[in-house]
Amino acid sequence: MSWEPRPTPEITPETERYWSAAADGTLLVRECTDCGLVYHYPRALCPDCFSDDVEWKEASGEGTVYSYSATQSMSGWPEEDLPLVLAYVELEEGPRVMTNLECDPEDVEIGTRVTVRFKAVEDADAAVPVFVPRE
Amino acid sequence: MAAQSSAYIAGAYEHPTREAPEKSTMQLHAEVARGALADAGLAKDDVDAYFTAGVPEYESGLSPLIMADYLGLEVSYADTTDYGGSSYISHVGHAVSAIRDGKCDVALITLAGRPRSRGQATGSGARSIRSAQDSFERIYGATNIGMYGMAAKRHMHEHGTTPEQLAEIRVAASHHAQYNEDAMFQEPVTVDDVVESRVVSDPLHLLDCCVISDGGGAVLVVSEDVRSRLERECVEVLGHGEAVGHHRAGRIDLTRTAAEQSGTRAFEEAGVGPEHVDYASVYDSFTITVLEAIEDLGFCEKGEGGTFVENGALKAPNGDLPFNTDGGGLCSNHPANRGGMTKVIEAVRQLRGEANEEVQVDADLALAHGTGGSIGTRHGAATVVLGGEDR
Ligand SMILES: [Zn+2]
Repeated sequence: MSWEPRPTPEITPETERYWSAAADGTLLVRECTDCGLVYHYPRALCPDCFSDDVEWKEASGEGTVYSYSATQSMSGWPEEDLPLVLAYVELEEGPRVMTNLECDPEDVEIGTRVTVRFKAVEDADAAVPVFVPRE
Repeated sequence: MAAQSSAYIAGAYEHPTREAPEKSTMQLHAEVARGALADAGLAKDDVDAYFTAGVPEYESGLSPLIMADYLGLEVSYADTTDYGGSSYISHVGHAVSAIRDGKCDVALITLAGRPRSRGQATGSGARSIRSAQDSFERIYGATNIGMYGMAAKRHMHEHGTTPEQLAEIRVAASHHAQYNEDAMFQEPVTVDDVVESRVVSDPLHLLDCCVISDGGGAVLVVSEDVRSRLERECVEVLGHGEAVGHHRAGRIDLTRTAAEQSGTRAFEEAGVGPEHVDYASVYDSFTITVLEAIEDLGFCEKGEGGTFVENGALKAPNGDLPFNTDGGGLCSNHPANRGGMTKVIEAVRQLRGEANEEVQVDADLALAHGTGGSIGTRHGAATVVLGGEDR
């Protein structure tokens, strides 16, 4: 699964660190120093308490499938990338993150343990986190 | 608490078209506005407030301005709340508040759009990155059907809901659509037809999805004062509630919707409960959208929606909860990919005794509920409780 010509992330000052870490093979989540919330997607202020005392935390990259759906047809999407498996993975650190499962949909079910992989994005200091079933 | 003044739906009009290649979207807005005024027996100059969520296809952020200009309206009040497809149900509630505050007397709400003429297909992928969230969602090919597919799969996992139970919702809608000569799909279908139709995004099949249609609709909400001058039978807006459901910072629950909050608020304001509802218009972008909403609105316990819809509970006129008697978004009409407006209109028809004869319910109390956006990321929920004149 190549990334282009799929949509690529828009990198902003608020999210730059997340994407560049992904390019280096690390999945980051945000952790609030004040209330302890670990959250995704990255935001400068904690969405529970509005504290701006939030840190980047290295996630283990391990999680379980919360839900998924294999899309068989999708206009405007590269044929060779179908079926596309859209999923929420619940990270070990807590947050449920939207992602793709890069595998045959027959090989997963809700609760399957998965691990992160990164897909390079051309011309940008970024990579896109996806998940595969754990060996 | 002192009794609040009431507000009423005096006019309701659904455009009969389902495909309008020769018309502009603005023209459809004007045609439905004219239709609702004629239905109420009001004149264009009576309108002093205008509500719409926006004008799909123009992507202008100035919709109250371009629309008031195009329609030639002189207004003292405008609202363009955009919750996606549920917006128009919210607008009814907002219009009631504005009328109670004395800001206006005749509020016009319009919806129109032409996704069918633009060639949109079920399961279209949205490619552009336009919001902060898109960089974490659309890059993964998050389409509406993919997201509702995830919700359906999780609901099945937690509650044992089956594809056949979801199919019952389409079956009931198609049973109603056969009597609606304007419906896009008038042929009744069976559970087998639904589960044997092609899988678009598992576990959802093509027949679990709503239609893609051109068209629109309009309603007029008026003050007690205006209503007293009208001959036309009016419908009282007894209660309204809304809420936004979202990621909750990474704690999204795909089996629950903000109908839990919007429904509770609407019922409280109306002073009634789900057991009093004779007819329900329930947003039906997909079959799973209906299933989760009827649980969250309290028509059955969470997780029991599948059992509830079995054996024809949703079928008019004799089911426990007759729903979407026009055929709904699943079979009749989903103009602009936004189903809230037609939900209000069919509820008004039911309370006036003007639904199609075969599906007319003996209805004094009706509910219209919308789920806009996506329960897979963030959605607006809006509920209104409506009462008939002879209640
Ligand atoms: Zn916090």
